[in-house]
Amino acid sequence: MRGILKAFIGLRGLAASTRLVLFSIAMVFAQSSAQALVEIDITQGNIEPLPIALPSFSSEGGGSKLAADMTSVIAADLKRSGLFNPLDPASFIQKNMSVNSTPRFGDWRQISAQALVTGTVIKQPDGRLRAEFRLWDVFAAEQMLGQQFYTTPENWRRLAHIIADAIYERLTGEKGYFDTRIVFVDETGPKDKRVKRLAIMDQDGANVRYLTRGDDLVLTPRFSPSRQEITYMSYGGADPSVYLLNIETGQREIVGNFPGMTFAPRFSPDGQSVVMSLQQGGNANIFKMDLRSRRTTRLTNTAAIDTSPSYSPDGRQIVFESDRGGTQQLYVMNANGGSAQRISFGPGRYSTPVWSPRGDLIAFTKQHQGRFMIGVMRPDGKGERILTEGYHNEGPAWSPNGRVLVFFRDTPGATGGPQVWTVDLTGYNEQRVDTPAFASDPSWSPLIN
Amino acid sequence: MLKRVNAAMGARWIAVCFAALLAAACAQTKPDGLTGNVKPGTGQDFVVNVGDRVFFEEDKSTLNAQGQTTLANQAKWLSRYSQYTITVEGHADERGTRQYNIALGARRAQAARDYLVSQGVSASRIKTISYGKERPVAVCNDNSCWSQNRRAVTVLNNATN
Repeated sequence: MRGILKAFIGLRGLAASTRLVLFSIAMVFAQSSAQALVEIDITQGNIEPLPIALPSFSSEGGGSKLAADMTSVIAADLKRSGLFNPLDPASFIQKNMSVNSTPRFGDWRQISAQALVTGTVIKQPDGRLRAEFRLWDVFAAEQMLGQQFYTTPENWRRLAHIIADAIYERLTGEKGYFDTRIVFVDETGPKDKRVKRLAIMDQDGANVRYLTRGDDLVLTPRFSPSRQEITYMSYGGADPSVYLLNIETGQREIVGNFPGMTFAPRFSPDGQSVVMSLQQGGNANIFKMDLRSRRTTRLTNTAAIDTSPSYSPDGRQIVFESDRGGTQQLYVMNANGGSAQRISFGPGRYSTPVWSPRGDLIAFTKQHQGRFMIGVMRPDGKGERILTEGYHNEGPAWSPNGRVLVFFRDTPGATGGPQVWTVDLTGYNEQRVDTPAFASDPSWSPLIN
Repeated sequence: MLKRVNAAMGARWIAVCFAALLAAACAQTKPDGLTGNVKPGTGQDFVVNVGDRVFFEEDKSTLNAQGQTTLANQAKWLSRYSQYTITVEGHADERGTRQYNIALGARRAQAARDYLVSQGVSASRIKTISYGKERPVAVCNDNSCWSQNRRAVTVLNNATN
């Protein structure tokens, strides 16, 4: 694809005027012909982060702070991934970079930068922003990527995340996950009188917005894979029940008309149904509701607690937890119900399974000897790996590219409370996501598009 | 419909707060000087003189002897004061995962409810709800607190004090 590629990245939830337009910049410099030298194999265990230089984007039309802030957001995204080491700008030899000239690669080799990003942000006469960036392979002395965007100034953070995703994807070969959001439960007040509100934030903790007011106890929000909608549990009605909430309109509806408490909801991969538990006396069974036909289907029927169902990405299977064998363990069944195969056999209790969007792994919470761990195993139960362990880690959810897990970590005692953390599949890169108050039950959005 | 539910919720919250105060102040013993002023047949009478809650072992929903005694006394009291309907609230401690604890709390509420029914309380007077690990009454970090949180609490829906 030579010349100009045009793509439209719609902004669901925002007015049409704030749409963001992406162009690939025509490759005005030497075309990259050979295999790029800079590549990251993120399937390895402990990765040495790639040294990358991100000199502050230049600006025209009076946007120097915006340009610097955008550069910071891009650098922070890349750094938090654990795969990149953004170099200290004080070490840079070449100053005042222009996006339109070839860098002095020798200057960047000297400070051991392997990749270099140059960019500019220009305020247009009509008030919009034009942003351009180029990603350079320092050792091959070649441009690897060049893109240009138009958007409105209030979109600057999203634009920074989109650029960070483009850099991540070009250097790792995997889709990025920075232009995404996390829905979670905001927790305030003393431990025995917690007020819980649904909230949503960018994946880096910015732009927190509250979706409920705290009048009703709310738990376990999960993103729809296809709409700006979440499903969650609320104590607002006669029985605690599963609800849908449209995060654009604020419209709320109960899911199904079940005779009793429903909980632990999750969408199917096509977004057309919700699978959840229904409490029936002392037992919990798994049901599915088709959101179009409103038809409900029973999927399990045991004298046990069957809960936390999660679909495989192809929609054919469901992993869930059950104490049918005596303690909480993970089971996989056909998406239509029927017999289930136990897949967890290690010492301890296994719960909250979540199938990776890549299909290759199932993440879970594991309790053993008073410790709470987050781990992964293959869908056949083999290859169990614990990624983090401590007093209390719970409730993993996958990044849309299946490389990072977000979960909450609780601390003990009257003043203790949960905070949101991420860990990547290597287990070496743990990061806390800054939230305004205590926060639990995080769930990652799909890539915004 | 909605109004009625809210009114019932309001009464229940008063009872919960009252129970929480007692638990915090003196765990399970009766407060001195209070018993004498309690009017028979009131919510306070139920909480103070009968006992509104039973406790469970970790990850269990089996009633122990003490729990059975408490529930039998509740049943007697409820047969005398037949104007009340009740909600049995099931709870779990914080040392479990959220969804499972919701179901575990429900199982505990069900165990208490079934025992009350076996003691002659009409099932139509009993509603159950589970709060999982969401509403602890004790917040310290050891089993002395966690064991107080593993409970089923009988709440009078239309109580006056």
